[in-house]
Amino acid sequence: MTKEIRRILESVPDPEIPAVSVVDLGIVREVSADRVVITPTYTGCPATHTIEQSIRAALDAHGFADVAIETALAPPWSTDWISDAGREKLRAYGIAPPPKGAGASALKNAQAAECPRCGSMHTEEVSRFGSTPCKALWRCKACAEPFDRFKCH
Amino acid sequence: MVSALPPLADYAARLGDDSLVLGQRLGEWCGHAPAIEVDLSLSNVALDLIGQATHFLGLAGAIEGAGRDADKLAFHRDVMDFSNCLLVEQPNGDFAQTIARQFLFSHYQALLFEQMAQVKDERFAAIAAKALKEVNYHATLASDWVVRLGDGTDESKARMIAGLDWMWRFTDELFAMDDVDAAAIAAGAGVDKAALRADWDARVDAVLAEATLARPAARRAIVGGRVGRHSEHLGHLLSEMQFLQRAYPGASW
Ligand SMILES: [Zn+2]
Repeated sequence: MTKEIRRILESVPDPEIPAVSVVDLGIVREVSADRVVITPTYTGCPATHTIEQSIRAALDAHGFADVAIETALAPPWSTDWISDAGREKLRAYGIAPPPKGAGASALKNAQAAECPRCGSMHTEEVSRFGSTPCKALWRCKACAEPFDRFKCH
Repeated sequence: MVSALPPLADYAARLGDDSLVLGQRLGEWCGHAPAIEVDLSLSNVALDLIGQATHFLGLAGAIEGAGRDADKLAFHRDVMDFSNCLLVEQPNGDFAQTIARQFLFSHYQALLFEQMAQVKDERFAAIAAKALKEVNYHATLASDWVVRLGDGTDESKARMIAGLDWMWRFTDELFAMDDVDAAAIAAGAGVDKAALRADWDARVDAVLAEATLARPAARRAIVGGRVGRHSEHLGHLLSEMQFLQRAYPGASW
């Protein structure tokens, strides 16, 4: 049964980056027969409530109305929990995936990102804060396109 | 007066009020910042802070046990019941003044949460550990701007100096300790804020040096926020923030 619940969760998209699921992003921390434990990405992420509602709706629609959703803050969410499949989906969607190694995030976020469009490493950060809390604004100097980079967090 | 709340709930409310009031202040920049990137940065920081406030005020309400949630505490308390420090309620002024406030506060908050992430009470430790990752971004953002403005043109330097000068009087309050702090420490949830001072001085001084700015002269500190004695500015902020819930109590999306 937990397998089936997990499969349902894999079909629930992140409301802000619908190319990836809540499982890909590492938001789902624990799945058992009677509960699903989720964790917010950023403290103030406006999508947190929407995510819980989407998961609730998906579980209910598949007959799992009795499965509770709980939120845990600890340990704090990290981009190291984003799956490899999730990273590929981000890249295909036009968002440079976060470097691994969140323990040294300040260092990682300063290192050049690979342009998700042309693959060039000839890129620069425009702003550490982007369109959502999880992304920074970058620019590719090879193809001249701006792009989002998922911050190492 | 502040505390109808038991000491540990009061402690959580102080943390929540700091974040809430500063988040609301930064929100005032939304749509008005000097550049789109700055607008996004300040809005992002505001969101993080309001997220922290939701957690800390929710915790305050849970500890109080009288059925008040974070929204109730945020929107239905009067100005004298707010226990934020005076620094966060200071007006935005120009961009340099806003950055000065953020710089001084974020370095304090980073040091505070580093310690709080280690306390025995898991509720406080969990919020602090989560928020710390975000606060480090805030401190970096603000420090970068202090350097850019301080080591910039004559105009930007003068404004950065004036901004720091305005905010400096309110920094002693950040490290002040009282009975509520002592009770929180005894309960395994609090942090000795006075002990953060030396590290804060070192971090702030390092950035000021890089920005070619002198540390503002010491002067008589202004305190009182923790016990509900606020500047005139907070009332105006609350009247805007609380308007909807005061006019239409219980309104929801
Ligand atoms: Zn490119």
